[in-house]
Amino acid sequence: MRPGLLSVVTFLPALGALALIFVPRRLAAIQRGGGLVITLVTFALSVPLWTRFEGDSADFQFEEVARWLPTLGVSYHIGVDGISLLLVLLTTVLTPLALASAWHAIEDRTKEFVITVLLLETGMLGVFVSLDLFLFFVFWEAMLIPMYLIIGVWGGGNRVYAAVKFILYTMVGSALMLVAILALYYQHGGATGIYTFDVPTLARFVLPPGQGQNLMFLAFALAFAIKVPLFPFHTWLPDAHVEAPTAGSVILAGVLLKMGTYGFLRFCLPLFPDATYEFAPLVFALAVIGIVYGALVSTVQPDLKKLVAYSSVSHLGFVMLGLFTLNQQGLVGGVIQMVNHGISTGALFLLVGMIYERRHTRLIADFGGLWAVIPAFSAVFLVVSLSSLGLPGLNGFVGEFLVLVGAFQVNPWLAAFATTGIIFAAVYLLWMYQRVIFGEVTHEENRRLTDLSLREWAVLVPLLVLIVWIGVYPSAFTGKTEATISALIAQVQSKASVALLR
Amino acid sequence: MTDIVFPGVALGGLLPALIVLGTAGLVLLLDLAPPRDTKTHLGGIALGGIVAALLVAVTRWGTEQRSFRDMVLLDNYALFFDLVICYAAALVVMLSMDYLGRTGGESGEYYGLVLFATAGMMLMVSAGDLIVVFLSLELMSLSLYVLAGLFKTRLASGEASLKYFLLGAFASSFLLYGIALIYGATGSTSLDRIAASPAAKNADPLVLAGLGLMLVGFGFKISSVPFHMWAPDVYQGAPTTITSFIATGSKAAAFAALIRVLVVALRGAQADWSALLWGIAALTMTVGNVVALAQSNLKRMLAYSSIAHVGYMLMGLVAGGAPGAGAILFYLLAYTFTTVGAFGAIGLCARAGEEAVEVGDYAGLARRHPVLALTLTLFMLSLVGIPPLAGFVAKFYLFGSAVQAGYLWLTVIAVLNSAIAAYYYLRVIVYMYMREPEGEGLSVAPSLAGGLALTIALVGLVLLGLMPAPFADLAQAAVTPLLR
Repeated sequence: MRPGLLSVVTFLPALGALALIFVPRRLAAIQRGGGLVITLVTFALSVPLWTRFEGDSADFQFEEVARWLPTLGVSYHIGVDGISLLLVLLTTVLTPLALASAWHAIEDRTKEFVITVLLLETGMLGVFVSLDLFLFFVFWEAMLIPMYLIIGVWGGGNRVYAAVKFILYTMVGSALMLVAILALYYQHGGATGIYTFDVPTLARFVLPPGQGQNLMFLAFALAFAIKVPLFPFHTWLPDAHVEAPTAGSVILAGVLLKMGTYGFLRFCLPLFPDATYEFAPLVFALAVIGIVYGALVSTVQPDLKKLVAYSSVSHLGFVMLGLFTLNQQGLVGGVIQMVNHGISTGALFLLVGMIYERRHTRLIADFGGLWAVIPAFSAVFLVVSLSSLGLPGLNGFVGEFLVLVGAFQVNPWLAAFATTGIIFAAVYLLWMYQRVIFGEVTHEENRRLTDLSLREWAVLVPLLVLIVWIGVYPSAFTGKTEATISALIAQVQSKASVALLR
Repeated sequence: MTDIVFPGVALGGLLPALIVLGTAGLVLLLDLAPPRDTKTHLGGIALGGIVAALLVAVTRWGTEQRSFRDMVLLDNYALFFDLVICYAAALVVMLSMDYLGRTGGESGEYYGLVLFATAGMMLMVSAGDLIVVFLSLELMSLSLYVLAGLFKTRLASGEASLKYFLLGAFASSFLLYGIALIYGATGSTSLDRIAASPAAKNADPLVLAGLGLMLVGFGFKISSVPFHMWAPDVYQGAPTTITSFIATGSKAAAFAALIRVLVVALRGAQADWSALLWGIAALTMTVGNVVALAQSNLKRMLAYSSIAHVGYMLMGLVAGGAPGAGAILFYLLAYTFTTVGAFGAIGLCARAGEEAVEVGDYAGLARRHPVLALTLTLFMLSLVGIPPLAGFVAKFYLFGSAVQAGYLWLTVIAVLNSAIAAYYYLRVIVYMYMREPEGEGLSVAPSLAGGLALTIALVGLVLLGLMPAPFADLAQAAVTPLLR
């Protein structure tokens, strides 16, 4: 069988990593350059996925099926729909940028770093394209190890603690998911006689409502909620973000957290529709708490990176709110907000990393008056901050607005509480911006800072383009995903009502 | 009175074990031949014998031979275990070749004893009679008792040997007493005839008592809680190569006999032993993992981890049926690949003239020896059960069989245990990759045979992880003779 485009995109980074193993260690420049070229080629190959994707179809496209473990009903089944397409592209865009940002930041063990990032990219892409629960779980678990190494080897002072915390949290979550996967497999097999891990097949199966479905939902939801992270499972996130190197933070915030929300969309909603309705109020409550709590905690952070990390908790709360509204606006908003968060927060982490490389501090109190010294940096920082807080015309607004429209239809109070999160976002981001950028230069060291280099511009410009593009013309992105989402909603509703009738 | 009829002598059913035994004799003879500086050539001969037995076992696949009035059964089930055991023995011999030279324990009888132990294991997996189970168990155990004390001048090695012997002898007597009770209740020691007897079918109290006593004996050999106390001390004190053999070969053989006895002879009492093993499995995996968290000595840590893995494997017996038994076989295969590899990698490392067994010794290994660090990392990740390595697929089959049989809570306990276990396995990676060495760094002995052994183990690890289907089919085919 000839591998299709999607397989090539997914496995190219891993193959590149294998090739780089044979490049001698001392040729660090070739390692870096080679890694960058591989990720850029991966991106270039993923562009046809975008252009050739038919947005008005809700079917999986670029599907590939091959036998793997026929006796178990495991197959190599991959494909993308309107939801995973966006996340695949988000991954292929962010990975080269993250690698480029680490050009000078990672001097130690460059070879290992580049290889690890490449393996991580394959793992992340695999999670998004897998249409077989076994395959999905393989990628889901395998991807933990590269991220663990990135935090633990190239991280900051407390990196080992952060890395271990990260991996233990996520492994406990996914352990129970494994049991639920097996339980679902045998329940489906027992009821239909077909033992399979194929996701589209399982999604057509109407699981009887009740305790069994609820427990399976909770097992899946725990794994995903930890990854999102949904309050109160978020405590690993600030540690991991603060200790990870910039490239790690960008990928962590930009892509890894999306795996949690993607998991809810791909598995929890269609597989367990009754449980989804039953637990939606709980998720709403946790999401709104996360939105407000994350924003409040961000406000008081003295450390730039921690501030951005906690803001993720708040932003992902919006995504979760949108997904569980189970209406068109909320879900589309949630999906767009996933992409937005990846872009805006990724850019924020890049900027924080750039300033950290220059000053070796991330404390807000150590800065002030940067506009006078490095105006270009300050201007980019302004645009990205505004996009993150949801200024109309930039990307953040689109997602948050749609989510709030969706939430309002469910319960106006929900929307009202969530809106306070937007207000707080303006508070913590603008207040932070004011303290870092405006005013007098209070520290002598800051006078000698250099402005953005060509490489840094090259990293930031793609993200700025996306920020404006999504903000001004969101239908280019929503258009790809709307058909998939209406089909998903229809599926959830019909399955829930079928179960009700029995 | 009927005449005593001697069964026909059909040595074909013993052939793989006989090859190994013959090689053992040859090695002992050649050891007396004009002395040479090293004994490596004896290792080569031993390896040749094991490989020959392995090849014979492969060619016999699919056939079934019952000899000595069903006392020795060479069926697919036995052949599968022969492959596992020969594979483990071959790797152990390869790793020993220069390990012994480095640690000053080189002697000809070492290889002889390894081969005797191997032959014992191979007989044990073919045993169709409780007497053969006992005899082969003793052949294996006695050889291993001596091997554990190979380093005569080291206190820890002597302690390991003595502990292993005393407790092992104690456990053997439990097993024998259990056999006696079952013989009393059913009038036979043949597994088939026990199965056919009314006492075993109706789970007679005497049979249950015998079953309990036999489980003590087997529990000791597979080191399940609460009969695991010897394992950490013996694993720590014994030469590392022997540790890996005790952890894999002897465990696989004991499991093979245990499964055959329970599934073939005592099927009537399945409800009883299944309930009992549920508790033992949960206890074993939890105690193993929790205590392993506190270990800083790698050999001790791997000892507790191997106890935990026994807990997982017992789940397959609890689940029962073809899926459960097949999953155990696959798990044993994956576990053997991984464990021999992990101990082998440790055996190559030394610090300040001593074997490097403290986890702290491995600080910064990735910087000095990236390839070895990567190898050890992969073994650790497979033990955690990270895909796409052998350990993950093995766990998947095992947990799947338990879920299928409806043992959801046992599976939940098991998956939570594997998450706990991640902590201590990953700690090794933390030291290798994320810490800098203090004082003298680790030195790695360059070793051709050792490197080859690790490569084989690594290939097996990845192959079982990526392409498990043929091996899983093999394991399923192996358990069919039991379930007829």
